[in-house]
Amino acid sequence: MYNFEFEKPETVADAVAALGAEDAQALGGGQTLIPTLKQRLASPSTLVSLKNIAEMQGVCKGDDGSICIGGATNHATVAAEAGDYPALAETAAHIGDPAVRNRGTIGGSLANNDPSACYPAAALASGATIVTNSREIAADDYFQGMFTTALEEGEIVTEVRFPVPEKANYQKFVQPASRFALVGVFVAKYSDGVRVAITGASNDGVFRWAEAEAALSANFAPEALDGLSLSGDDMISDLHGTGAYRAHLCGVMTKRAVAAAA
Amino acid sequence: MTQVNMTVNGKAASGDVEGRTLLSSFLRDQLKLTGTHVGCDTSQCGACVVHVDGVAVKSCTMLAAEADGAEVATIEGQANPDGSLNVIQQAFQDHHGLQCGFCTPGMVMSTAALLKDNPKPTETEVRAYLEGNICRCTGYHNIVKAIMAASGQDAGAIAAE
Repeated sequence: MYNFEFEKPETVADAVAALGAEDAQALGGGQTLIPTLKQRLASPSTLVSLKNIAEMQGVCKGDDGSICIGGATNHATVAAEAGDYPALAETAAHIGDPAVRNRGTIGGSLANNDPSACYPAAALASGATIVTNSREIAADDYFQGMFTTALEEGEIVTEVRFPVPEKANYQKFVQPASRFALVGVFVAKYSDGVRVAITGASNDGVFRWAEAEAALSANFAPEALDGLSLSGDDMISDLHGTGAYRAHLCGVMTKRAVAAAA
Repeated sequence: MTQVNMTVNGKAASGDVEGRTLLSSFLRDQLKLTGTHVGCDTSQCGACVVHVDGVAVKSCTMLAAEADGAEVATIEGQANPDGSLNVIQQAFQDHHGLQCGFCTPGMVMSTAALLKDNPKPTETEVRAYLEGNICRCTGYHNIVKAIMAASGQDAGAIAAE
């Protein structure tokens, strides 16, 4: 690792100020960023830890019944405390391993937008609102491709608001070496329709499967997906699986998620 | 360099660290607590698991500066006050839950974290909890047996696979 200065502000305002320094970078739980730094793939001048900002910690319930999660809340806490949205708590409970879940944060995961991460699928399928230090961003506008989001330089995810669906489930086909999702599908049924978000598969990162959403909105049952398929042409192909295999898994995992949620 | 202060195994510890100093490096190189092992250094293997403020973390993937002010527990603090092995350590010995022993500090610390939250885990829960701890010798079987025994359950009920 190249060396850097370390700061741990206690308020969002102080963090934003610290991130104004040239080449400063925010540090959530570090479960992706620290390995990245070890490989010298990044060389920030200053790391600004968000872990000591009390206002970015914890899970609460919003006035409209939504679940609000502070950006610096770790996965273990979401797993334990987001019981009002069981599919979300269950998703958090299967990210990485127990020690990783004690450090990694929801804000860090969403800011990184790894194409195989779990939280982007949960946020997109839930139509979540990504709250930052300066604005609120709808999930549909937030995810902009692999490792790319709507966040501006120095902008911090302070909270994520999830509307609670009537039914939901996340199914992850685990890549056995990394334990990331080879393909993960989050299905959420709201009163105004079904949303399906897929991670791990596309070269463009997390995406919604519109045809499956339409079919499931008409009939929320696994057989509603019969005959639907995605093209593997623009999907990730690597030694763990071809694009065609991932496209196939999208259908299988969506069916499983619907069966588990229904 | 900045000074960090923490409590390690109940005793005050401090030192000057760079921003990039890992908690595992601080424990091993500065405090000379070399029981915490660094296996992969990529947060996969779990040999470096310690407890920070009561929860298991991979000390190779946490900065020493992030642990400033924290309560840290390492394998060196696990034995009973009279120096004898604690229940978990003794169970690992009794059930041959180690061969080369490299992963064992992390295994013991992960087990301690598991049993604190879940005093009577099922075999399935034990195996799931150890997802982030890799052992290349034992095939996990005797580790799982040791953990069942350490939790006061019948280790003999774990069938060989």
